[in-house]
Amino acid sequence: MEPLHLHYDVNGNDFTCAGEASGKIKRTLKSLGFSPAIIRNVAIAVYEAEINMVIHAGGGVIDCTIQPDQILVVLKDTGPGIPDIEQAMQEGWSTAPENIRQLGFGAGMGLPNIKKYSDDLKIDSTVGVGTTITITVRNHP
Amino acid sequence: MKIREIVDILEADIITGADDLDREVFTVCGSDLMSDVLAFVKEQAVLLTGLVNPQVIRTAEMMDMTCVVFVRGKKPDLNMIDLANEMEIVLLGTDYEMFTACGRLYTNGLRGRSGK
Repeated sequence: MEPLHLHYDVNGNDFTCAGEASGKIKRTLKSLGFSPAIIRNVAIAVYEAEINMVIHAGGGVIDCTIQPDQILVVLKDTGPGIPDIEQAMQEGWSTAPENIRQLGFGAGMGLPNIKKYSDDLKIDSTVGVGTTITITVRNHP
Repeated sequence: MKIREIVDILEADIITGADDLDREVFTVCGSDLMSDVLAFVKEQAVLLTGLVNPQVIRTAEMMDMTCVVFVRGKKPDLNMIDLANEMEIVLLGTDYEMFTACGRLYTNGLRGRSGK
């Protein structure tokens, strides 16, 4: 199959819509017949990253490339950037505001969860410029 | 256990999915912290939560959870109900608080992720 490209704009002003793009990616993978485990790994990793994008960066864009042997998702924002990525990767480390915590997120589990569910996670971030997260999930048939 | 039995055990209201009560569920996750829910994958799990916002439904969707129970008499709004219908997720509501709701399900044989 030819690589399938999906593109989504994520609205950063509406937390209730966060996860729409992840849901659409999930449903696309399902329709293409990927295994439930692969679909779930992609869905959870991208969902956490999409939530982060809305919480911290005022939205951004998601580009997903689907091939039979791997799913690559790039989430790009022009938010404040991550000053210390190593610190941000630690479970429990969070800079999320109280109102986000009340919604069930911002407990410092987002990035660790993305790492857990992806085969490869790359974070490029420059303070004041933005962050690009690249998630790869490989399909081992 | 069938979702139908959960309805009885928790004396729950059926908010969506009245036709899907014969689905089998094996494990329960009780949490108001969605990131914790997202950390623990288990097949055919039920989510018990006191949190009410659309991200609860999204989280259940990502986790392939088939049923969400709102505890302490919490009520989802129309947006959440629409989402749940779209995702074919059964929504239930119980007046029992989290501790008691979990305890009643545990006593009746359901287990958490560890299976203990």
